[in-house]
Amino acid sequence: MKFKTFAAFVGPSVFMMLLFIAAPLVSVFIQSFQVTQPILERVEVETCTPGFLTQTCTTETKTVPVLDDNGKTITQTRWVGLQSYQNVLQMDKFWEAVSNGSWRDIMQIDFWKALRFTLSFTLLTLPLVIGVGLAIALAVNNATRAIRGPIIFISLLPFIITPVIGSLSIYWLFVGDGILTAMMERWTGTNISMFAQAWTIELLMYFYRVWHVAPFAFVIFYAGLQTVNMDTLESAVIDGASRWERLRHVIVPHLMPLIVFIALIHLMDCYRVFEEIVGFRSQAHVISLQWLTYDFMTPDDAGNRAISRASASAMLTMIGIVFLLILPLRRTWRDHKGSAH
Amino acid sequence: MSTPKAMQQSLALRLSSGAFLAFWCVLAAFPIFWIAVMSFKSPVDAFAASPWDVIFGPATRAGGDGLSVIDIAFGLVVIFFAIRWAFTKLPAMVQIYCPPGLMILGWIFGAVLYAVGFVLIFFGLMPLILGVLNSLLGPLGAPVLGLTTEHYVAVWGENEFYRNFLNSMLVTAGVVTISLTVGTLAGYGLARSGSDLAFWLLILALVFRALPHSVLVAGYLPVFINSSEILRPILGEGAPTLYGQPWAVIAVLVSINQPFTIWMLRSFFQNIPAELDEAARVDGCSHFQAFRRVIMPVMWPGVITTGLFSFLLGYNDFLVTSLLLDAQNQTMVPAIAGYFNRETTTTDQVEAVAAAVSITAPLFLLVMVFQRQIVSGLTAGAVKG
Repeated sequence: MKFKTFAAFVGPSVFMMLLFIAAPLVSVFIQSFQVTQPILERVEVETCTPGFLTQTCTTETKTVPVLDDNGKTITQTRWVGLQSYQNVLQMDKFWEAVSNGSWRDIMQIDFWKALRFTLSFTLLTLPLVIGVGLAIALAVNNATRAIRGPIIFISLLPFIITPVIGSLSIYWLFVGDGILTAMMERWTGTNISMFAQAWTIELLMYFYRVWHVAPFAFVIFYAGLQTVNMDTLESAVIDGASRWERLRHVIVPHLMPLIVFIALIHLMDCYRVFEEIVGFRSQAHVISLQWLTYDFMTPDDAGNRAISRASASAMLTMIGIVFLLILPLRRTWRDHKGSAH
Repeated sequence: MSTPKAMQQSLALRLSSGAFLAFWCVLAAFPIFWIAVMSFKSPVDAFAASPWDVIFGPATRAGGDGLSVIDIAFGLVVIFFAIRWAFTKLPAMVQIYCPPGLMILGWIFGAVLYAVGFVLIFFGLMPLILGVLNSLLGPLGAPVLGLTTEHYVAVWGENEFYRNFLNSMLVTAGVVTISLTVGTLAGYGLARSGSDLAFWLLILALVFRALPHSVLVAGYLPVFINSSEILRPILGEGAPTLYGQPWAVIAVLVSINQPFTIWMLRSFFQNIPAELDEAARVDGCSHFQAFRRVIMPVMWPGVITTGLFSFLLGYNDFLVTSLLLDAQNQTMVPAIAGYFNRETTTTDQVEAVAAAVSITAPLFLLVMVFQRQIVSGLTAGAVKG
């Protein structure tokens, strides 16, 4: 294919990605060093209230935003360097907490709290998703043909459901005297409230994510299982391999590219954990990096958005994902090199 | 096909694997099933501590809303025939009455008509008939299962959820159409070109796929809010404010979705032998003609799968739509967050549950119809990597 034809086919897509993904990235990078604020001025305001005999007048100085001819506030953009990063990272407090050796103090700072949760969430659910997905795939592959269709249908439901709604549906089972909380209370005889402390919420989030993503892993592994070479399996049987040994030495190596694929997708998706926090309403206890950025961008009571801080935290989030992806991407690069020869 | 004896499984293994599967199915379906049950009960029943109270709904029944044995039997029969006819009579009718060139339009029209007819009969005609029957039949007509649709009426009617539904439909339709148009072209180009540039584009797309959406939205927000001032020198006085506009959100979601779309479509195109378009080229087609007349007709399964994923992305998105749309143009998923702030009474909570179930219902239908495509599509996309 000539370059011109190639460009004609790929052009629109690349253009959209450059305009809506690459350009915002650059602008986020620049914004993170700038602060846009309304220009304020101090004016003396005299307020008079009718009093007995004479008016009572008081003069006070107020700070008001400067308005332009159309009545809009004039804003000014200043270059602040790393100030926004400092506001997000709060390094002084961080080092103080480190020198005190106090983990609790570090977790008081939003960014470090969010980073801790995001990383443990991503890394702890990864093996669970792969393990559960593989187990379901093996079990479905074992089942009689007639019931596979309905089982696949049911298994797909947690994956296809809107993430916010999925987490809400689990939230409602446990909230207050939700049906499962009531059941656990009856078993244990103690009063349980799942959403009053951080660790139970976190546990539910892990559970939710595995519930939500395991079907995706299952479908992919299930397809991979259909292509396992029967001859290899049979020769393994003849060589006296037990069922477990066959799984370890034949099936898992065959599925390895798929396991890497799932791990890659899972790292990407889990790192931007967000919907769980909305669904479980856990802002007060557990937050993630993406939620932190979202929170900065949501207008506060005065209608202002902390765009600069949001950009700084977004850049920091991005640096994190780059670190997480270096390993899998290097592998892809090596595969490409390998297949070229 | 008989399995060799050594490959056969012991009874214990088969039992444990079956038990595990049953456990997983319960786990997968239970939360969704349970919120669906809750949404039909009065608040007292929906948040009752005993599961039986939630299922049978004594308080709902006491309130005068319930189904009798006759209602249940009659309803099940109607549902059974509705599903059967959807797979037999409806396709036949579409085949007969639709002009051959407009098959897709005919299907959409037929499906919408069928759905409207079903809703009219099930919720309009049936309660009338059954009301008369129940009063005639005595004990058989007495309600046994508490059930009320008042929360759905409240959500869709009073709270005007249909506006959010229409916005959702607009956004998802836009996302799917544009994603597929742009994506198939790019996927084809990337699949047929073996150059290093194509490889680097794919890697770049992979990196873009990894970006958290909040990073991108942080870039859009200031630009979108001030867009009328930025665009005024180019477009004149009529320059639009992009913030709050559904079509601006469509563009954003399409771009976010592009990396995944092109990866997936590329692997579908790679499955189609290159000899096919080479033959078309020999016959005198240009690259584009070969793509349109020869390749696209055999690509439909791949396009449908990718379209489903684009649909899910547009439909499920919370972050982008909640930040970039204003309150009037909100889609369904962020709109449900509005219930959180209102949630002061249990009635509000059950209404939120009903809204959540309303959002899930179309997805449920989608999986039912396209299950095969999802499985085969995901696997084709993944195995090729």
